[in-house]
Amino acid sequence: MEAARKSALARLQAMGLPQRRDEYWKYTRPDLLITEDVAPAELLILDEAPLFDTVERLKIVFVDGVFDADASDDLSMEGVEISQLKDAPDWAQSLYGVLEENGQTPVKRPLAALNSAKATQGIVIRVFGKASKPVSLIYVRKSETSDVMLHHIIRVEKGADLTILENGPAAARLNTVMEVDIADKGAFHHVRAMGRDHARRAATHIFGRLGHESTFKSFTMTVNGKLTRNEVVLELTGDDAIAHIAGAAMGDGDFLHDDTVFITHDSLNCQSRQVFKKVLRNGATGVFQGKILVKAGAQKTDGYQMSQSLLLDGDSQFYGKPELEIYADDVLCSHGSTTGAIDDEAMFYLQSRGVSKAEAQDLLVLAFLDAAVDEIEDAAIADDIRSRLEGWLARRRD
Amino acid sequence: MGPNGSGKSTLSYVLSGRAGYEVTQGSATLLGQDLLDMEPEERAALGLFLAFQYPVEIPGVGNMTFLRTAVNSQRKARGEDELSAGEFLKDIRAKAKSLKIDAEMLKRPVNVGFSGGEKKRNEILQMAMLEPKMCILDETDSGLDVDAMKLVAEGVNALRSEGRSFLVITHYQRLLDHIKPDVVHIMADGRIIKSGGPELAIEVENNGYADLLAEVA
Repeated sequence: MEAARKSALARLQAMGLPQRRDEYWKYTRPDLLITEDVAPAELLILDEAPLFDTVERLKIVFVDGVFDADASDDLSMEGVEISQLKDAPDWAQSLYGVLEENGQTPVKRPLAALNSAKATQGIVIRVFGKASKPVSLIYVRKSETSDVMLHHIIRVEKGADLTILENGPAAARLNTVMEVDIADKGAFHHVRAMGRDHARRAATHIFGRLGHESTFKSFTMTVNGKLTRNEVVLELTGDDAIAHIAGAAMGDGDFLHDDTVFITHDSLNCQSRQVFKKVLRNGATGVFQGKILVKAGAQKTDGYQMSQSLLLDGDSQFYGKPELEIYADDVLCSHGSTTGAIDDEAMFYLQSRGVSKAEAQDLLVLAFLDAAVDEIEDAAIADDIRSRLEGWLARRRD
Repeated sequence: MGPNGSGKSTLSYVLSGRAGYEVTQGSATLLGQDLLDMEPEERAALGLFLAFQYPVEIPGVGNMTFLRTAVNSQRKARGEDELSAGEFLKDIRAKAKSLKIDAEMLKRPVNVGFSGGEKKRNEILQMAMLEPKMCILDETDSGLDVDAMKLVAEGVNALRSEGRSFLVITHYQRLLDHIKPDVVHIMADGRIIKSGGPELAIEVENNGYADLLAEVA
């Protein structure tokens, strides 16, 4: 693993840290993610049941980025091998940094290389068969200035099925890399909620490799946070693979959320789907940079990309950069990116039935986000996410 | 009734409080209260209801959720207790059934993918659930086949009672065969130019508006 870390460091040195002038950092200032000192982020004390509380799951807890054995469940589960990154078995050591390095072409992702070079904490999971319950990564934060790097490695073996849940405030500044290698007919489900602390910064990366007939589905909820950059880089290397990525984000005021996605279709008859929804108010900013690359041999590709933003006032802004690059001639690729205000007609219709203006707006906001939340397969988890979105709106209504 | 462009829909929008209109003179009161000073939702809670000519589609908001929110918002505004989920469900099922609205339609997003007839029936269902005091039906018969129109008319007739008024905007006497009006007003160029009994609608049906317009010219 030391060799992998050294090689990641060399990669980082060759590419340098992200700069404002880099095309992929045009809309999101990288400064807060790379400064030497970590500005404090006030801890948000929440008086509510934690997310996923009612879900039967195996809990793995990190406190300020350090694995907490006492707070975590026993790591044994039938058909699933779980260990800490520091105890990574050979298969994981040989995978460490590989998908990250793969994902550096053609777009440089220096913060991911930095993570591979420096991260010492994380979890390693290998699953055979269908995992009996989700593995839930819980990120507790106690320090106002925690600067955390986590590097997870996940291998879904042939025909296996795993759900990963992630939530918690994590750190004042968080940098994560999750490398997900899915073998033929494997399925990986991922539902994540970013930390709600207002001043926290996060740069997350998921690198996935999908085998034949495999499935990758990831959903992220983001409410609050000063800066969030979520990158998902997937390579569909086996025929008939399916990749779905969705996100629902709501920001109020000092908030920037950036979804940067790169999906490479390198096989026959694969399907990819991106659904990103953002609701922005009081000067909040949304960014979407989504690319679908269809290589020459990837015939019968079905690519779909939708990024929509709802601006609740004139101060908020959204930058969208949808990209398609297609070298095969028998593909279906559609993309759409919209930015708009609340529909006046719908508002009046609701109000004319007695629904207050504030409540009508919330109903329409939730309806707007629902297309993304709907991408979550597990109905109970989706409802939990919905209730958090509702709660966030309700707190701002009173 | 009145020719196209005479201001019938405008009147219904102004009364229900749609943005974009400025009332420069006159007044509008309901139960002694000044409507024009109120937000649309306050007018609704007071008892005003507009059945839209073109009901709005709202993707992502379930019809049932929408109706329960509306019913309870109005109850809350009037200082009444909110309906429990069970009470609401019982009420809506009975009313939906009489309008031939099936459970599937209640679950679907508001008006999304509804046929023209389904949308209008859904308007009447909302009216039945909200039990308003003053109902404005803006061309509720437009785009309906004979059977759907009968259903809508039955829905309206079932709600007719002391203490509830209807203003029915229509182009066709046919609807008035099913909903018997007490008074017929003819509107032109923003004004009521003639009022009369049901026979006035028959006169319009037979002769058009030309004679009436000539009378006031």
